[in-house]
Amino acid sequence: MLHTIIKKNSYQDSINLMLLTNSIATMEGLNKVQIMMATPANKDIFKDAGLHTAELEAAESNDMAIVVDTDSAEMMDTVLEKVEQYLNDQSISNKKQGFETVRTWDKAMDALPNANVAMISVPGEYAADEADKALDRGLHVFMFSDNVSVEDELRLKQKAHDKGLLVMGPDCGTGILDGVPLAFANVVNKGRIGLVGASGTGIQEVSTIIDRLGEGVSHAIGTGGRDLKDPIGAITMMDGIRALENHSQTEIITIISKPPAEHVRNEVMELLQSLTKPVVAVFLGEKLEQYEGNVYQAYTLAETAHIAVDLARGNEVKPDYNAGDFSVENADLKEGQKTLKGLYSGGTLASEAAVLISDALGLGTHIKNEEGYVLKHEGQEIVDLGDDKYTQGKPHPMIDPETRSKFIEQAGADETTAVILLDFVLGYGSHDDMASALLPSINKAVAQAKESGRTLHVVATVCGTKNDPQSYDGHVKQLREAGVIVKETNNEAVRTALSIVGLKVEDNQKKHVEGTKSDKKFDLTVSEDIASLVSERPRVINVGLKGFTDALSDTATQFVQYDWRPVAGGNARMAKILSLLK
Amino acid sequence: MNYKSMDEANKAVIDKISGSAPFLVDVVPAKEKIKELNEGKVILHAGPPIQWSDMTGPMQGSCIGAAIYEGWAASEEDAEKQLAGGEVKFIPCHHVNAVGPMGGITSANMPVFVVENRSEGNEAYCIMNEGIGKVLRFGANSQEVIDRLKWMQDILGPTIAKALALTEDGLNLNVIIAKAITMGDEFHQRNIAASLIFLKEISPYIVQLDMDANDRKDVIQFLADTDQFFLNIAMATGKAVMDAARTIQDGTVVTAMCRNGKDFGIRISGMGDEWFTAPVNTPQGLFFTGFSQEDANPDIGDSAITETFGVGGMAMIAAPGVTRFVGAGGFDDALATSNEMTEICVSQNSNFTIPTWDFQGACLGIDARKVVETGIEPIINTGIANKKAGMGQVGAGTVRAPKECFEKAIEAYAVKLGLI
Repeated sequence: MLHTIIKKNSYQDSINLMLLTNSIATMEGLNKVQIMMATPANKDIFKDAGLHTAELEAAESNDMAIVVDTDSAEMMDTVLEKVEQYLNDQSISNKKQGFETVRTWDKAMDALPNANVAMISVPGEYAADEADKALDRGLHVFMFSDNVSVEDELRLKQKAHDKGLLVMGPDCGTGILDGVPLAFANVVNKGRIGLVGASGTGIQEVSTIIDRLGEGVSHAIGTGGRDLKDPIGAITMMDGIRALENHSQTEIITIISKPPAEHVRNEVMELLQSLTKPVVAVFLGEKLEQYEGNVYQAYTLAETAHIAVDLARGNEVKPDYNAGDFSVENADLKEGQKTLKGLYSGGTLASEAAVLISDALGLGTHIKNEEGYVLKHEGQEIVDLGDDKYTQGKPHPMIDPETRSKFIEQAGADETTAVILLDFVLGYGSHDDMASALLPSINKAVAQAKESGRTLHVVATVCGTKNDPQSYDGHVKQLREAGVIVKETNNEAVRTALSIVGLKVEDNQKKHVEGTKSDKKFDLTVSEDIASLVSERPRVINVGLKGFTDALSDTATQFVQYDWRPVAGGNARMAKILSLLK
Repeated sequence: MNYKSMDEANKAVIDKISGSAPFLVDVVPAKEKIKELNEGKVILHAGPPIQWSDMTGPMQGSCIGAAIYEGWAASEEDAEKQLAGGEVKFIPCHHVNAVGPMGGITSANMPVFVVENRSEGNEAYCIMNEGIGKVLRFGANSQEVIDRLKWMQDILGPTIAKALALTEDGLNLNVIIAKAITMGDEFHQRNIAASLIFLKEISPYIVQLDMDANDRKDVIQFLADTDQFFLNIAMATGKAVMDAARTIQDGTVVTAMCRNGKDFGIRISGMGDEWFTAPVNTPQGLFFTGFSQEDANPDIGDSAITETFGVGGMAMIAAPGVTRFVGAGGFDDALATSNEMTEICVSQNSNFTIPTWDFQGACLGIDARKVVETGIEPIINTGIANKKAGMGQVGAGTVRAPKECFEKAIEAYAVKLGLI
């Protein structure tokens, strides 16, 4: 049965009415509906649809006609109500995106002509090409991507150096430029300590401790893990150091690295000794007996932060910052319960734990890396769960708790385990609530141990600041309430874990001695581009992972999102042809 | 190649486009301008070359209508027999300086617009818009359709021709397009502003003509009723401009895009007249009651010349009134669409600035290389025909040009240049 409603002099455009028709057609109890302006041409369309009525025929071009085929006349009120509602609420709610998204380099440069940093997180096989394109456009590169060959890294870094640009990475997990967190980084107060680090979580640990001690960071320049190895030769580290030397607001320069190639280390040291600013350095695994000249070398990341803060405040540097009382009362271990299981999401934090534990065990201060294990000795195990072995086809353990949960439960089931050591890395890029994500496994492991008559200790450190997107205090509180021993720093956490099994690290009391100034005259000047990189807010083209723009948005940094896809959809032949048609 | 780089060649091509000066100068029976239509039974069709047996319903329906209209056949059966029997020769509109909407079917006595591009001196032709509903271009061919075509041939065409003859130089189409784009037209889905401007420009001349008062009223009424009247003028404009650009036989700028219901065809500047084809997609959109995606004919028509010229779907942001054809989206989606299209274009046309786009110019010059590089396929705003012959339009929506055409084109060009 056909029902007609004519809304006199109610003009709506045809698209609108087609959308309205579609929307009404979804109502139950209607056989057919059509809503159109009652023009002669439209009346024919009504006719074709079998929806022609006398009322419609009488209607005029400026009348809106609603013709419904329905068996229930009562439906018409509902239809009319829905029509009114639709017409009154036509504005389409659309969440406005506050930034521009582009699909090509050209558009990216059009959208942000004064861009100076390209943040690249595309798959490794394409990353070098994109870095090349960024350098050709005069941009510094922050290269989060990994799986870039050493040859490409060397070529890109040389090219950048020759052009007066900086390549941070590849495999650069962390950076802070003028307070702007890049990739996996914390919200750290701005201040007078500048960092250059060949280590992501190393930068995170040092910068967050500096923040919690009440000082701040001017810049944290990540170099990528291979920068101080052969054959790269610390190209980025050295340019980064020069950049901070020339940056007036940076008063203290801090460098962080795992053990470098020896000749590279010597070269870097020579450069550091020729600077006008005091330097704190940590080469994880090096345990020195003295501070030399300009350079205060620390043993741990926490010590690095403390020295930097004391230097910044003009305090005297102490002989040792690592000692303290880390004893735990009533450790209550059963016979045979003597091993530590460090299950880390941060590679450098894992390495630091390995250094301290191997030192306490009298094994020296070596870090090895076998299948993700940075230490594996008579049941003592420190695993870097961010190692490629565990992240193939899976997200990083800072984002995804799954792998760590399994390891926690395994470690809990191991009767020799006395302590599980964990890191909770906060900041941009990381999981938004790792404490809640891991506590079920932690509780399960502890409860199971208890059932079999053992006390399992869990010691953790939270790497973060009170301004991080996740709550630092909330994490600490939640973990403590669950019985986890939470320490301020990884150094303290590891020493606490050691004390539970009755082990201790002996620290050197370092004296300050004259440094050996090099005969070599280092050029300490930097290019204009590098000078402006450290003197201005970064302006970023984010090539790849959209998630990295959160930190940029939150800090009101100018940026463009480049939704990258492989050239020609990855069709190699087409990519080749495109490269020829220049 | 006559240029130092591909970018330089492309710049030369787009300079020809932005420097063009199209004028609407006349309306004449197609056979007066297109000599091929005088050589026996000949029908022009949309898209790259196609045979009767490969044509989809609407194009076949349209051919039948043309055969009846031209008096070659007395009935549909008779027409179909002749068409299937090879008595009628088919030529793509594009091969004879013409373009045609949907089926694009153009025969000897149909009146065509004549657009002269004064910057190059070339001309292009397009049949006149028949209005909406049951129309030949969508494959309808009833007596009503034929009668309207006859009226257009006898009254509408000659009237506009005589009116144009009274103007000093014809109508300057760049001016009309520039005005209408600021009024919300994108020249494919929406031409109401341009159609009104056309009516405003032409009616003072029509009222001066010595003609039957009823006919005059009918002509004015038809122009007033036909919102898409300017579309066909826009198509002839696009053709005149892009053919001039094609005289530069270098570069990778797309100079034509068209569809015959089976294949999508493109030309690029560096490859002259050669077509590069791939199977067409089927448009997605909104349908009249009783019809659905099921009824949609695959993409058809030469009207994509408007997108080639940088308007139509490429200028979606200019026409907030039609943006919702994209789907559920609103203004922001239209903005995103036009912004996306700039990624595959060489430049923007400062002759046609778009207020809703912060007065950025319409897209200018699709670069086939960029289409291949980014995988962004040009978007086309289009009417949707019923796939059955004779049923006419069932909706409107958007469709993408298949990227395979662009891949074939740049590959052929690389071969031509001896690069591979």
